[in-house]
Amino acid sequence: MIKATLTGQRLVAVFLLGCVLVNYPVLSVFDPAGTWGGIPVLYLYVFGVWAAVIALMAWIIEC
Amino acid sequence: MTGSIIVVASFLYLAFLFAVAYVGDKRADAGRSLIANPTIYALSLAVYCTTWTYYGSVGRAASSGLGFVPIFLGPTLVVALWWFVMLKMVRIGKTHRITSIADFIASRYGKSQLLGGLVTVIAVLGVIPYIALQLKAVSTSFSILTHYPAIVMPAKSETVPWLADTTLYIALMMAAFTILFGTRHLDATERHEGMVAAVAFESLVKLVIFLVVGLFVTFSLFDGPEDIFSRVAEDPALRHLTGMEAGGNSFGNWFALTLLSMLAVMFLPRQFQVAVVENVNENHLRRAIWLFPLYLLLINIFVLPIALGGLIHFAGQGVDADTFVLTLPMASGHGWLALLVFIGGLSAATGMIIVETIALSTMVCNDLVMPLLLRYRWLALQGREDLSGLLLGIRRFAIVLILLLGYLYFRLAGEAHALVSIGLISFAAVAQFAPAMIGGMYWRGATRPGALAGLSGGFAVWLYTLLLPSFAKSGWLPIEFLQVGIPGTEWLRPQELFGLKGLDPIAHSLFWSLLVNIGAYICVSLIRRPNAREAGQATLFVDVFKQSRPAGDAFWRGSARIGDLLPLIGRFIGPERARGAFADYARSRGVAGVDALPADAGLVHFAETTLAGAIGSASARVMVASVVQEEPLGLDEVMNILDEASQVRAYSKRLELKSRELETATSELRSANERLKELDRLKDDFMSSVTHELRTPLTSIRAFSEMLLDDPRIDLTERKRFLGIIVSETERLTRLVNQVLDMAKIESGHADWHNGEVSLIEVVEQAVASTSQLFKDKEVALTMDLPESVPILLADRDRLVQVVLNLLSNAVKFVARGEGRVAIHLCDTGEGLRVDVADNGPGLTEQEQIVVFEKFRQGGNTMTDKPQGTGLGLPISRQIVEHYGGRLWVESVAGAGACFSFLLPCGKSTEGSEEAG
Amino acid sequence: MTKKILIADDEQNIVISLEFLMKREGFSVCVANDGQEALDKARSEQPDLVLLDVMMPRKNGYEVCQEIRADAALQGMRILMLTAKGRETEVTKGIAMGADAYMTKPFSTKELVAKVKALLDAAA
Repeated sequence: MIKATLTGQRLVAVFLLGCVLVNYPVLSVFDPAGTWGGIPVLYLYVFGVWAAVIALMAWIIEC
Repeated sequence: MTGSIIVVASFLYLAFLFAVAYVGDKRADAGRSLIANPTIYALSLAVYCTTWTYYGSVGRAASSGLGFVPIFLGPTLVVALWWFVMLKMVRIGKTHRITSIADFIASRYGKSQLLGGLVTVIAVLGVIPYIALQLKAVSTSFSILTHYPAIVMPAKSETVPWLADTTLYIALMMAAFTILFGTRHLDATERHEGMVAAVAFESLVKLVIFLVVGLFVTFSLFDGPEDIFSRVAEDPALRHLTGMEAGGNSFGNWFALTLLSMLAVMFLPRQFQVAVVENVNENHLRRAIWLFPLYLLLINIFVLPIALGGLIHFAGQGVDADTFVLTLPMASGHGWLALLVFIGGLSAATGMIIVETIALSTMVCNDLVMPLLLRYRWLALQGREDLSGLLLGIRRFAIVLILLLGYLYFRLAGEAHALVSIGLISFAAVAQFAPAMIGGMYWRGATRPGALAGLSGGFAVWLYTLLLPSFAKSGWLPIEFLQVGIPGTEWLRPQELFGLKGLDPIAHSLFWSLLVNIGAYICVSLIRRPNAREAGQATLFVDVFKQSRPAGDAFWRGSARIGDLLPLIGRFIGPERARGAFADYARSRGVAGVDALPADAGLVHFAETTLAGAIGSASARVMVASVVQEEPLGLDEVMNILDEASQVRAYSKRLELKSRELETATSELRSANERLKELDRLKDDFMSSVTHELRTPLTSIRAFSEMLLDDPRIDLTERKRFLGIIVSETERLTRLVNQVLDMAKIESGHADWHNGEVSLIEVVEQAVASTSQLFKDKEVALTMDLPESVPILLADRDRLVQVVLNLLSNAVKFVARGEGRVAIHLCDTGEGLRVDVADNGPGLTEQEQIVVFEKFRQGGNTMTDKPQGTGLGLPISRQIVEHYGGRLWVESVAGAGACFSFLLPCGKSTEGSEEAG
Repeated sequence: MTKKILIADDEQNIVISLEFLMKREGFSVCVANDGQEALDKARSEQPDLVLLDVMMPRKNGYEVCQEIRADAALQGMRILMLTAKGRETEVTKGIAMGADAYMTKPFSTKELVAKVKALLDAAA
């Protein structure tokens, strides 16, 4: 039970982190349209955060 | 490509889907659920991705770059909170047999039929545009594909007569298919395993096909993502799409869409259906928390390449971006890939439509039609025996009606909007459920009027700022409505309410509707305290995880008869299923049968919950109330129950202490019980041994007596010998009976002790005299070593003689004839008087040294002299010695004789005798 | 041909009575006084039937019964168990160990003889 609530709290932290990372103002930092490896940085950043959040949740739950 | 090929392929696919559902249902009936698996659960949640995702994300990306992302980012983030929120929803749903989101809200606020009806109306009106969107997507993709290899954008549907419109037939076919999936059985319970299996399969299909198209566009049509993006960077018309502000995006809208989709993924009727109602096991939620967002990421990863690729490929050709997924393969001559894409889109559409219409039809039936029927046609219903058919009929009718309404919306308003805008209208509608749902799970003070005010307020704002403008844009309302709203009230412009500008229509509507909704919900709830029924339900919902919460039946008092309840339930879910359910309940209560069930609050609660699974909680309450005599609880009484519950929590520390004490006591009791059991086992063994010892001589006696009786010709010597055996066996029996009684008396403390002054010297001498014949017969030498005088004991002389006699006769029994030697020695040690009887017999092993003191256990091979021993001599002797505070023991080495000794304390013997007195 | 019966019991008087009884019925008889001896005699004398007491020193009746049944050379030997413990579980255990029949002590001599004959007839 204690472990379950700890997992839950970690997930809430991931939620808050994710909300901050993909909203104003953090998002605006990546807005100037540059590219990295031929791909726009903004796209890379948004999809990267998206994937990282999922990986983090999987890690928290499965480990 | 001809229409017939497409139609045949579609029907083959749907038939296969139906087979999946059929297998799922069969497996569920057989108890081997196909969907009891977290991956299947996560895939079924992906019913979130409809044709809107499949075709529409590309369309939105083509106009606004990353603008489609928040719709999937919201769910990705909010699932992290499901660990608490969704788990609670699922637990509540299971505990109260919740059938839909309307049922959930109605049940939470005191099982209110009005509230259930309102939620149903909002859900139906809100979701119909969304269903229209699916129809639109399927019909558009169908008509484009029929023109293959040419790429022709479909004509406006107004130009087509109603009966010639393929969309109408698609809608009707979908209705038929949904009826087959969702209401095939005469089984009006809330769960549909086959449907979930089919939906999970569809999720897989649409994901795989979309990924195939994405790979095709990115790597076959173009040279990888770098190629696409570099061409975009070169094109000034497209370059802006790589930034945040593309297509009217703003951070405000971005945030609003994220929030909106967070709410939608929880409160869309179909999401509630698959996530809560169809959930098989709470633990599936764990893996779904990361698998479901992973699915969302995968299905969106190629959206930008396809959108930008389409824009490059079809530059200036007037191809609708919503169709790029289909038209890109067509334009490059891949007809079969295009057909596959169509199937994927069909998959996304059917999945959404089936689940959504089943969820909506359940709501319409349980929360709209049933309450009305119960109110106005109660008498007519009374006459019908089995109502489960009626329930299914209502649901089937509702399915057809909802799809036709969807079609109607498509005809009237669908053409004016891109796919994504239609979907967002629905999202904004279901977002209105959020305050009542989340507040209901965490805030005890919320009341029914509060929920009613919040929902209707929010709904009205949504209607005014979003739905009506969508009609206006389609020309169904005068377009001036958009500019001025209701004439004369410019400050009430639907999309610039109170002059609020700078937000897109969705964000604008979301802000105002949620503001009104939450404000009304909280303010109206705070006007008065929750009444008895609301407070009861609030506790059941808010404290669903707490152990000390009162059970559902705590808030009910009255009387009921099983003979009324069972037929009532049977009329709705079928008599056999009802009987089965009651029988299971009887078993869980530990009662012999259905008829033996006590007609108490627990039973009524069970009946109501079971019925709620079929017709929703509000109707179930009305139905059950019609056959039971309920005494309403006052608010004070409910508060007492709640107080009791909170007191329990307040004193939990003391309880813990008590429970620790109880645990200690329990373990003590347990060990005492173990001891008792051991004693009981010993008694059983004793009885068994006594029986054995009694039967053995009886066997000889009976056998010889019968033989003598049967055969008078037996000669005299045999006859004498047999009679001798009978006599000696009788003596053995007598001895046994005496000793057993003796033993029992001593053990129970009821023996008579004739205490007098006793000299142990005399005792030994008397015993030796009694056994001298035995020694002589066996030619065994006996030596005596006695002191001249010993202190006098106060004891029972005969008992002590019995002890010495027993030791001597044992010794003589085990030594060898002729060579045997036995020595008896008496001395006064400091502790008391000690008697040793030593022999040169075979001795005892260590094991035997213990065993000989147990009842009926004899050492060595006593076969030659068996009738002499009963196996009780030593145990009795030990009891006698111990009675006088002494001890009896043996020292021996196997093969080198044994020495039995006992020691009697001089002073203590009197005390012992007094105790026994 | 006279049938041979092995009497295995540690109670002398019961052995005497059984021996007399069986001889009177025309069987040839051999005797064992404990479990081990009973097993040895069963192998050396090859009796047609064993009257087997349960409570015996060295090896109890159940063990003897089990070993006889496990011995391929002793197939067809009938076993009639006799015991002074008449509880249901003991009867079941005896049958489970491979005894052909079970009688509790004290028994009726007529019934015993009838049962012995029935077992031997069935074997023949």
